[in-house]
Amino acid sequence: MKHRPSLPLALRIAGPALIVLLLGFVLLPVIVVTIASFNEKALLSFPPQSWSLKWFERALTYPDFRGGFRASIIATLWSSTIALVIGTGMAIAIKRFEFPGKNTLEAILLSPLVIPHFTLGLGLLILVSQLGAGRGYGLLIACHVMLVLPFVLRSVYVSMENLDERLEQVASSLGASPVRVLFTITVPLLSPGLFGGWLFAAIMSFSEFTASLFVTTQATQTLPVAMYNYVREYADPTLAALSVLYIFTTAVALIIANFFLGLGRILNIEESH
Amino acid sequence: MRSRLKFFLVFPSVLVALGVCVALLSVFQFSLRAYIPGSLEVGGFTLANFTGLSKPIYQTAFWNTLALSVETTLWTLLVGYPLAYALVRVRDRLLKSFILIVSITPLFLGEIVRTYTWIIVLGSNGFANSLLLKMGLVDTPLPLMFTKLGVLIALVHITIPVVVLMLATGIAHIDRDYEKAAQSLGAGPIQTFLTVTLPLSMPGIIAAMTTSFAWTFSAFATPQMIGGGRVPTISTLVYQLGLASTNFPFAASLSVAGLLFTTAALAMMGVGTRRLKKLGAH
Repeated sequence: MKHRPSLPLALRIAGPALIVLLLGFVLLPVIVVTIASFNEKALLSFPPQSWSLKWFERALTYPDFRGGFRASIIATLWSSTIALVIGTGMAIAIKRFEFPGKNTLEAILLSPLVIPHFTLGLGLLILVSQLGAGRGYGLLIACHVMLVLPFVLRSVYVSMENLDERLEQVASSLGASPVRVLFTITVPLLSPGLFGGWLFAAIMSFSEFTASLFVTTQATQTLPVAMYNYVREYADPTLAALSVLYIFTTAVALIIANFFLGLGRILNIEESH
Repeated sequence: MRSRLKFFLVFPSVLVALGVCVALLSVFQFSLRAYIPGSLEVGGFTLANFTGLSKPIYQTAFWNTLALSVETTLWTLLVGYPLAYALVRVRDRLLKSFILIVSITPLFLGEIVRTYTWIIVLGSNGFANSLLLKMGLVDTPLPLMFTKLGVLIALVHITIPVVVLMLATGIAHIDRDYEKAAQSLGAGPIQTFLTVTLPLSMPGIIAAMTTSFAWTFSAFATPQMIGGGRVPTISTLVYQLGLASTNFPFAASLSVAGLLFTTAALAMMGVGTRRLKKLGAH
C-alpha cells in the first residue's frame, strides 16, 4: 500500500486482529450450533462425548417441520412473486409518471420497514377476527406481500437509476406505444434488478417470523413458527440440525449469488473508483 | 392509453397500501375500546387501556425496550464499523467475499435460527458456560439465559449484518481524494481517519443508528426466547396479551403506545443526528 507508508506496525497488526476477533464473534454461534447438531445426547453439553447424525434425520422427518416447510414455500413463492409484479409497476410509475398522492402512497408502502411486525400482525389478526374470516393462506400471503414490497421497491429503484431513459425515448419516438415500451424495453432492461428484488423478497418472506406468528394457525404455520413451537416443547438438538441446514443452504446460495451477480454491486457497497 | 397504463401500474399498490392502513387503523381503533373478558367482541370507547399502561410491569417493559434499543445500537456501531471498513477497503477479492458472506448471511436467516443458536451458546449447559467452567474462570454457570445481558448479546449479533451493510454503503461513497489530501498535508493515518474518514461516513452511521434502533425495538423472538419472560419488552407483552390472552384492546393500546414511543425516540435521534451531520459537513 504505497500511499500510506507511515502506518505504524502496531496498527498494522491491531487492525487485522480486531477484524479476526469480530468475525469470530459473528461466526461463534454458527460454529457452536454446528457442533451441537452432531451431539449424540439429547441434552446439550460441551464438548459432545459422542457423535451422531440422528438429529438431522429427525429434523427432516418431523411432521411439523415438513408441514411448516410446505407452508413457507407456498407463502414465499406467492408473496414474493405478487410483490415483484406490484412493486415493479409501482416503482416504474414513481420514477416515470406524476400522479396525485404519489408521495403518500410511497410512504405507506415503505412504512412496514419501520412499523414493528408485531403491530402489523396484531392489526391483521384483529381485522380478520372482526370480519369473522379465518386465518388461511390468503391472510398469510397478503401479510407477507406488505412486508416484502419495500424491498422490491428499493431494488427496482436502484436498477432504474442505472437504466438509460433515452432507450425508452427512442422506442417511443419510433412509434412504440407506452405499453410496448414497458414490456420490450423497460422490463427486460430491469430484469437483473427484478431478479435480485424477487430473491431478496423471497428470502425475507421465508424467514419472517413475528408477523407470521400472529396470522397463522396450526394448519398454516410456517417453518419459523414451527421451529419456535418446537423450542418451547423440546430441548434436543433437532433444531440445531435444522438450523445448520438452514444456515449452510443460505450461505451457499449467497456464495453462488455473489459469484454470478456480484453482491457488492447489488448491495451498493462497492467503491466507484 | 397512458392513463390506463398508469392505472394498471399503480392500482395494485393502492390495494396493498389500503391493507396496511386498515390493519393499522384496526390497532388504533381497538386501543380505544373496552375489553370484554372471554370475548373477541369489544365494548364502547374508553381510555382505560392507556391508563392501565401505568402499571409497573408495563413501565419495566418500556424501560427494557428503550435500554436494549440504545445499548444494542451503540454496541453494533462499535462492532460493525471496523467490519464495514474492512469490507469496503480490503483489496484481496477472496478475503473481501469472505467478510461479505460471513457478515451478511445472518441477515437472511430470520430471528428464530439466529436466536436459537444463541440459546445454545448462552444456556447454562451451553458453550460459553462449559468453556468458562473448564477454564476455571467461574465456579458456577453464569446466568446468561433469561437475563438482559443475554438478550443484549444476541440482539447485537442479530443487528450487526444490517448495520454493516449501511455503514459499508456510507464508507464506499467516500471520495478517497480527501484522505489523500489530508495525508499529503502531513496528517498521520489515525488523524486522517478521525478527521476525514469518520466524519465523511456520518450519513452511513446515521442510517445504521436509526435502522438498528427501529429493528431492536421491533425485535420479538430474541427477548421472548432468550429473556424467557423474565425480560419483558413491549413486543413480548403485546404477544402475550394479544395472542395468548386474546385481550386485543390492551395489546392494541400497548402497540400504539410503543409506536408513539419509537416515533418520539427516532425524532429525538433525528435532532441529535442533525448536529452530528453538521460535524460531517465540510
